[in-house]
Amino acid sequence: MAKKPTAAKAAAAAEEGFALRSLQEAHGASKRYAASDDELLTFYEQMVLIRRFEERAGQLYGLGLIGGFCHLYIGQEAVAVGLQSALDGDKDSVITGYRDHGHMLAYGIDPKVIMAELTGRAAGISKGKGGSMHMFSVDHKFYGGHGIVGAQVPLGTGLAFAHKYRGDGGVCLAYFGDGAANQGQVYEAFNMAALWKLPIVFVVENNGYAMGTAVKRGSAETDFYRRGTAFRIPGMDVNGMDVLEVRAAAEIALDFVRGGNGPVLMELNTYRYRGHSMSDPAKYRSREEVQEMRDKHDPIEAAKAELLARGIAEDRIKDIDKRIRSVVTEAADFAENSPEPEMTELYTDVLVESY
Amino acid sequence: MAIELKMPALSPTMEEGTLAKWLVKEGDTVKSGDILAEIETDKATMEFEAVDEGVVGKILVPEGTEGVKVGTVIAVIGGEGESAPATPAAPATPVVAPAPAAAAERPAPAPRKADPAVPAGTNMKSSTVREALRDAMAEEMRRDNRVFVMGEEVAEYQGAYKVTQGLLEEFGPQRVIDTPITEYGFAGIGAGAAMGGLRPVIEFMTFNFAMQAIDHIINSAAKTNYMSGGQMRCPVVFRGPNGAASRVGAQHSQNYGPWYASVPGLVVIAPYDAADAKGLLKAAIRCEDPVVFLENELVYGRTFELPELDDHVLPIGKARIMREGRDVTIVSYSIGVGLALEAAETLAGEGIEAEVLDLRTLRPLDREAVLTSLAKTNRLVVAEEGWPQCSISSEIMALCMEEGFDHLDAPVLRVCDEDVPLPYAANLEKAAIIDSARIAAAVRKVCYR
Repeated sequence: MAKKPTAAKAAAAAEEGFALRSLQEAHGASKRYAASDDELLTFYEQMVLIRRFEERAGQLYGLGLIGGFCHLYIGQEAVAVGLQSALDGDKDSVITGYRDHGHMLAYGIDPKVIMAELTGRAAGISKGKGGSMHMFSVDHKFYGGHGIVGAQVPLGTGLAFAHKYRGDGGVCLAYFGDGAANQGQVYEAFNMAALWKLPIVFVVENNGYAMGTAVKRGSAETDFYRRGTAFRIPGMDVNGMDVLEVRAAAEIALDFVRGGNGPVLMELNTYRYRGHSMSDPAKYRSREEVQEMRDKHDPIEAAKAELLARGIAEDRIKDIDKRIRSVVTEAADFAENSPEPEMTELYTDVLVESY
Repeated sequence: MAIELKMPALSPTMEEGTLAKWLVKEGDTVKSGDILAEIETDKATMEFEAVDEGVVGKILVPEGTEGVKVGTVIAVIGGEGESAPATPAAPATPVVAPAPAAAAERPAPAPRKADPAVPAGTNMKSSTVREALRDAMAEEMRRDNRVFVMGEEVAEYQGAYKVTQGLLEEFGPQRVIDTPITEYGFAGIGAGAAMGGLRPVIEFMTFNFAMQAIDHIINSAAKTNYMSGGQMRCPVVFRGPNGAASRVGAQHSQNYGPWYASVPGLVVIAPYDAADAKGLLKAAIRCEDPVVFLENELVYGRTFELPELDDHVLPIGKARIMREGRDVTIVSYSIGVGLALEAAETLAGEGIEAEVLDLRTLRPLDREAVLTSLAKTNRLVVAEEGWPQCSISSEIMALCMEEGFDHLDAPVLRVCDEDVPLPYAANLEKAAIIDSARIAAAVRKVCYR
């Protein structure tokens, strides 16, 4: 009598293990993407663009040119670059929270219009009416830029629903942070995404801190990739500080999702060097902890070292650095010198139609 | 190239701070990320990091200085391999001052479209509001395959209130989708699917449960078009019964009309009869904007005459005169319209001719129709099945005072539900909810009768 349930249990466990851990195992077997020199140079360039752009945004904030909340992506560059490089730009969609500048830059959206949105100018991507947290580019299938923690997860699930409904073959990549991972609506979305096998990759960017609350102070389960288990969503635990590991993991996840198997939950372990937002004194962590990440795990320095080790001439890398500096300077000049929106813009875009 | 280091603004509200401590000295080489100084504000002490590499030149503001204005040059850094000049190259630029805002005039709203004329000889058929709503959805689903219906029990159960009866059979499970009990989640999925180009009709079993989801209705659906500078739309319809039902107690009996009608970026519709339910739901589904469509459970089963037209679509934002009268105007919407009509009938027997105006759309509000009727009758009562404070009634009363003052021969009165959570006991419930007798009494009062 006792034998039967045990056997059933074991069979269930085996099945579960296969479904839930197979992607992690596949990732473990082949950790890093075999990038060509040109690809790695491109990743490097995109990451440097995000770093320099965000540094400049921080400066402009300090000068009072950017107001309100401004959340910088510095330190997390490999996540957006690695993941989005694996997407099909014609079909797939991306959605994220308020720390959104990096994801837009990784998608090739013009730095000038992003910076001009930060400074609240008419030339900004949202005509200056959205600001740092509310930017969108429907042309690029980038659906924001959402200011309410966790809201982008059901919204992204809706985008995935639309992909499936139309049968367009697209996948939605929905980013959220370790803080957002504690919002109830995230799990409502997990349930329906898994139930309906929607084409979505849920990405937890675990940067260690939900504003000032360290993961272990706010989360009973700190391995976020396991949080899909209750919904039979396979998880992947990924080093988010190595762009090639991120890219390799993204391919495994996208393959699974494109196969009609439903969602994947990826945890990207990363770190933000700056405060939660510009006005964060960051007293909840030590200076040494931040310095250790910068010195030993920086995704950009690592990519640079790898390029040099491959025999890429240092001049080529310096050329990229120089080019990016001028791109960012140009974006900042543009953002500083563009006019503010016309006062008539106050009343436009409230509703699409007039009634 | 020398770089001026300016006193940074460390929060949206900071204007000045104390330069508490320098952590570098003149001549030090710094790289990006090094802490240069500690700055104190009234809220916190912040570390000020270097963004560029270079050699610290002149320190212009010594540590311990209080009241350093944001934007003041505090030090100069020379670029890589350069010696830094001792003084800043240019005077400190002040923090950008907001340009004096030239007042903009709010553009006048487009003239309201009238209801399309029903051609003479059109056959009228009897229809319940429930059937009219179902037919509206079915017609729009036949017309546009982007339209789908999602909600709790909408498919196999045929709708908790049978509004979606038969849709699953005709359109299949791809387009008529049962959700788990998860309002926040599926309201978000609906809004996201709309952003992604579909035309979702999201049913809440009742709007009481939509409070679980109100963040997506307001923050995700209503604000996106504006925040994106008109780039990203959210053409979703959130619909379901609203207001008090019968004996279901406080948590299941509430009118959310005033809540949603206060939000710019939303269209809010609350029809009364079958023709309006059908014509306005079809308009809502076609509309490019997010719509909150408030039905009423007690009205679902009522039968009305409905014109048999191939495509019965009504204009959003247009009120409707349900009964003409010259002595007084009763403004109402949803279930209140029926009560107002009853009151008008009673009053007619007393020689008071009341005009009954059905707002139909709560946002955008047809202010013109209210003011036009007021100019005609000079007296006005608002009848609303809902709480009095911050209500549609309050809004109509404010409108009459602000823009119709010269036409008023008496103060505007409102007849609303009692200002209490709705009780369960039959007698108390009856006492809490508006009825035609109370409306008639208010009308007599404004007519000084």
